[in-house]
Amino acid sequence: MSIIVNNISKSYKDAKALQNISFQVKPGELFGLIGPDGAGKTTLFRILTTLLFADEGTATVAGFDIVADYKQIRNSVGYMPGKFSLYQDLTVEENLNFFATIFGTTIEENYDLIKDIYVQIEPFKTRRAGKLSGGMKQKLALSCALIHKPKVLFLDEPTTGVDPVSRKEFWDMLKRLQQKGITILVSTPYMDEAALCDRIALIQDGKILEIDTPEAIVKHYPNPIYNVRANNMYHLINSLNDYEYNHSVYPFGEFVHYTDNRTDFNPKALKVYLESKKLSNIEIKKTASTIEDTFMELAKK
Amino acid sequence: MNNENVIYVEGLTKMFGDFTAVDAITFDVKKGEIFGFLGANGAGKTTAMKMLIGISNPTSGKANVAGFDVFAHAEDIKKNIGYMSQKFALYDDLTVIENITFFGGIYGLPRKRIKEKANALIEELGLEKVANQLVGSLPLGWKQKLSFSVSLIHDPKIVFLDEPTGGVDPVTRRQFWEMIYKAANQGTTVFVTTHYMDEAEYCDRVSIMVNGKIEALDTPKKLKEQFNVANMNDVFLKLARSPSPTLPKGKGI
Repeated sequence: MSIIVNNISKSYKDAKALQNISFQVKPGELFGLIGPDGAGKTTLFRILTTLLFADEGTATVAGFDIVADYKQIRNSVGYMPGKFSLYQDLTVEENLNFFATIFGTTIEENYDLIKDIYVQIEPFKTRRAGKLSGGMKQKLALSCALIHKPKVLFLDEPTTGVDPVSRKEFWDMLKRLQQKGITILVSTPYMDEAALCDRIALIQDGKILEIDTPEAIVKHYPNPIYNVRANNMYHLINSLNDYEYNHSVYPFGEFVHYTDNRTDFNPKALKVYLESKKLSNIEIKKTASTIEDTFMELAKK
Repeated sequence: MNNENVIYVEGLTKMFGDFTAVDAITFDVKKGEIFGFLGANGAGKTTAMKMLIGISNPTSGKANVAGFDVFAHAEDIKKNIGYMSQKFALYDDLTVIENITFFGGIYGLPRKRIKEKANALIEELGLEKVANQLVGSLPLGWKQKLSFSVSLIHDPKIVFLDEPTGGVDPVTRRQFWEMIYKAANQGTTVFVTTHYMDEAEYCDRVSIMVNGKIEALDTPKKLKEQFNVANMNDVFLKLARSPSPTLPKGKGI
């Protein structure tokens, strides 16, 4: 196993940031920690990269204990924090050289690993890091995290605040890195990115809600979900919220995802109800559940 | 929603040196409309928004917001709009009540009105138990909902929301949108940016900016038809994909 986490807990004063977190990541796996801000993702990353002590529990990364073998871990992992942490006053090339040097290597030695990514920012290698755009900073940070050829790569919310086009590019890069045998632990608040991971852990308020492959997690969703649409979204949401048999009502793009608490639910009855609320162009169709449906259902409990 | 325009923009342009950040954009937004203002990072959204809220002078073009000209009456615009950004929203070191009172005061509301507003707002958001707690101690989702309510405290005609739901959990994100629907239903115009493409579907109309220009503007339904795709994410990917989004869009590349 590349990462083994056993019952890790961490509190800041009264706030329980992590509660009994356990999971394992296989060598070469792309493992996602999926959860909103405040779920405890960053705390977990800091513990696993030996920057913070856990209150309880143990963990190993690349076979090393996070407390006893912290020095070996620091040599074997790459860490890209959520906040841009490179030297703003150094140029692109100077930053990369700096990180290569402190890990006792050179850009040339591991250029193959970063080539795909670095080539996109190389035209700006004499520009100071502080003057780069968000997407370029992200690529430089990833290059710096990879320059010593780590066994395990930790990426804390690499795509937060990034537009869908750049997000897609970033995930394509991760897939290519994975093919080079690097184990990747990545966190994200975007539920749609969960489907791109081999396995995921859904995390909220310091607790893991579920761990499995994205396909299996979606299948675990207990109720049939219906896509409901009508002429007025706001009235539709209000009407569904007022409906006595509703189990959940969540807007999903152009539809509302609706689940019913009856076992013998008939969409026709719902249609009649919505018509009585003066809604028109009503459409009710069964649909497949998504990671986000599952997350919200699990978070309810 | 009716046909009265509350934002009217024609050929609005902003240049920084010889770099055109916003390139002659033209659009209008109707009263009570939820208008989604989308684009890749660096496409010029923030620059455009800054001109519309009266804190950045356009290089050329025309724009009228809430009945006021952005060149001549920028100060009047500020009084008649609400603004909420993801980064700067409320003061972490003030309590919930203090934040509401502070912003009510900034907008010149009478004390009595501020008190009424504060009570109504706290009740509506269910914040009774934390009303006297520092805002910094609240979960992000609560902060964002409170921040949105505070941006509406002076009953503005238009509220500008800059990525209001980034990083917020999925349930709270939806509650936030229900608040947006409610505000729009009461006649407030909502101008919103987001990176969540499912949220783009919630908008009445959506514009997509690419390299400083508005390349598409229509209802989500019509945009999907136009690009022959199933969802707004694919519309965005088709439109906003330039040769390399990481490279600056200026000259010489």
